Amino acid sequence: MFLFQGAQNELNYIAVYGNLSTFEKENGLKTLMQKILYGVISGVMFIIIPFIALIALIARLFKIDIYAFDPMKQRKPIATYVVSRWMGNSGKAQHNRTFSLFLMPSLSAFSLFVMFTFFHGIFLSMTNWDGLNTGKEIFVGLSNYMSMFRDYGFVYSLYKTIIYSVLNIFAINIVAFFLAILVTQNLKLKNLYRAGFFLPNLIGGLVLGYIWQFIFNRAITSLGGSFATSLLVNGDSALLGLIIVITWQYAGYIMMIYIAALQNVPQDLVEASKIDGANAYQRLRTVILPLVAQAFTVSMFLTLVTSFKQYDTVISLTNGGPGTLLPQWITSWFGLAARPAVGSNNLIALNIYQEAFARYQLGVGQAKAIVFFVFLLAVSLLQVYYNKRKEVEL
Amino acid sequence: MERSWLRKTFTPLFLLEILGFGLMIAFFLPIVLVIINASKDAAEIIRTPLSSPTDWTNLFKNIKEIMTRDNINYLSAFINSFIITTSSLILIGVFSAMAAWILVRTKTRYSMWIFMFFLAGMVIPFQVVMLPLVRLLETLRHLTGIPFKDTYYGVILAYIGFGTPLSVFMFHGFIKSIPIDIEEAAIIDGCSKPQVFFKIVLPILKPIFVTMLVLNGMWIWNDYLLPLLVIGIGGAVKTLPLSVASLAGFYDKEWALILTSVLMAALPVLILFLFAQKHIIKGMTSGAIK
Repeated sequence: MFLFQGAQNELNYIAVYGNLSTFEKENGLKTLMQKILYGVISGVMFIIIPFIALIALIARLFKIDIYAFDPMKQRKPIATYVVSRWMGNSGKAQHNRTFSLFLMPSLSAFSLFVMFTFFHGIFLSMTNWDGLNTGKEIFVGLSNYMSMFRDYGFVYSLYKTIIYSVLNIFAINIVAFFLAILVTQNLKLKNLYRAGFFLPNLIGGLVLGYIWQFIFNRAITSLGGSFATSLLVNGDSALLGLIIVITWQYAGYIMMIYIAALQNVPQDLVEASKIDGANAYQRLRTVILPLVAQAFTVSMFLTLVTSFKQYDTVISLTNGGPGTLLPQWITSWFGLAARPAVGSNNLIALNIYQEAFARYQLGVGQAKAIVFFVFLLAVSLLQVYYNKRKEVEL
Repeated sequence: MERSWLRKTFTPLFLLEILGFGLMIAFFLPIVLVIINASKDAAEIIRTPLSSPTDWTNLFKNIKEIMTRDNINYLSAFINSFIITTSSLILIGVFSAMAAWILVRTKTRYSMWIFMFFLAGMVIPFQVVMLPLVRLLETLRHLTGIPFKDTYYGVILAYIGFGTPLSVFMFHGFIKSIPIDIEEAAIIDGCSKPQVFFKIVLPILKPIFVTMLVLNGMWIWNDYLLPLLVIGIGGAVKTLPLSVASLAGFYDKEWALILTSVLMAALPVLILFLFAQKHIIKGMTSGAIK
């Protein structure tokens, strides 16, 4: 599909520019910049580094004094410098060699696949990248970012993601905290309950979505009566369905964090408040909750990030649907005549993927991803900052 | 007499016990539904999705069906998932332990910077790098001729990149607490630096290594988006989530088979959970808190 689309794009260019060479001429600057960049990188890699190594080797073999500046001490032959740092049998040289050898695999994989792609992505978000990967993308500045906010689908999915995340954070944390309090009581089978509540978390998000699609669409509807219509059919209740699924999956995991925190609450404080005559609710409010505030920070951060990044369960549960009408306020904001249909569970992670691989506007999709990242970073920093202020130190 | 018996039995604790048990049953219900419905044929599943199946042998019939059918091919998907998960886990574990150890044992500015560089990677969500990643893998394929896309080499490499920051962070914290005296003694006894790591340090890392295996293993085994991008859903090589998705997308609403494949995809992890429950729970939660 990808290749086919690529061929289509080439044909489009030919149709617009007459032939491909005109197209290349139009984008001469871009290719020149790229040539310079490639030139510099390959120059460093294949010329400068081997050159230095060669000089060092020759200097070492013939004991030539090539004076270099040693920042640590005084002027010293570069040969001695290299030998003493990297090549000798001394402990320091051995350590340096191990240092580069041990760091190389993970550091290179990490910097190539995470850091390089991240910065490359920032650049690509400002081009008209269409998935063809010719290396001839035109630099278009911030117009991808502009067009993103003229896209009502994106604004709607941002809005829906925020609603979903807020509801989800509350649902998961309340259920998880309740379960944690339940299983930290002196119950006989509490270890079994803990394992049971934790179990759904082991099943992958995609598989989980299919299970619940079956439950909502087949099992529950077969009861008939007021259950006859599935939750997933209606635009508003589909979000509720998604929240139920994610809470079922995630509550047991967050519960474990709360259990760890609840077990660290010093029992003498609880006893003291009992003697002072506090009832169960007062004990919870004034003694336990402030002491587990740190767990709340962690759990809310985790649930916030997972809610925002939610992808595979959404795909398998409703595939971004069911269709619903755009809310009135977004419609009037965009000045549209009629309310267009949008996917009601089209969360932001899904929207980015569709923009890239259904509409083949990878530049716009990448710009959306950058906005998503900045937004998520800002919100989670705010959340952690706000929650940290409520923590107490013992 | 009667009332005191009542009061003795129905203490608040007993009521909580009942509540806990009921909730656990409720949590298990979806899984029970999957099991009973995987043992039905297509007609029965639509007629009575809630009752227990009339013929349990249907389960084996369904399993045989997903084993043999071309577009699911459970066995090869399982093997692919297994290869991807184990090789990524081993490589992530060894590489990041190496990096973390040398970073802790080198007390210079550079090691601090490199560590910070790793930490910065933990903030980046996958969605931001996924599109350039596909492009990078395609470029690598053109440059080297190795098929990084559509096979599992690229997936494993990408997992090493994405799994490294958290693992380095966890190992870094753990190694700081190991006294350096053991290593110095080993060096005096004639070990080289790499030998010190592989013979002395790596065995000490066992507890944190298990945590790392669990944390990354759960993520990689269940991951859908990265294999979808790199391998693609229509290719010859499929991981388990991909094959479940392609079945559910293609034979829409053939629920008996979908649920059987769902069950079979979840089964390995559930069996593992039965045996290593303590490690898994500890690993997943302690990793998150750090």
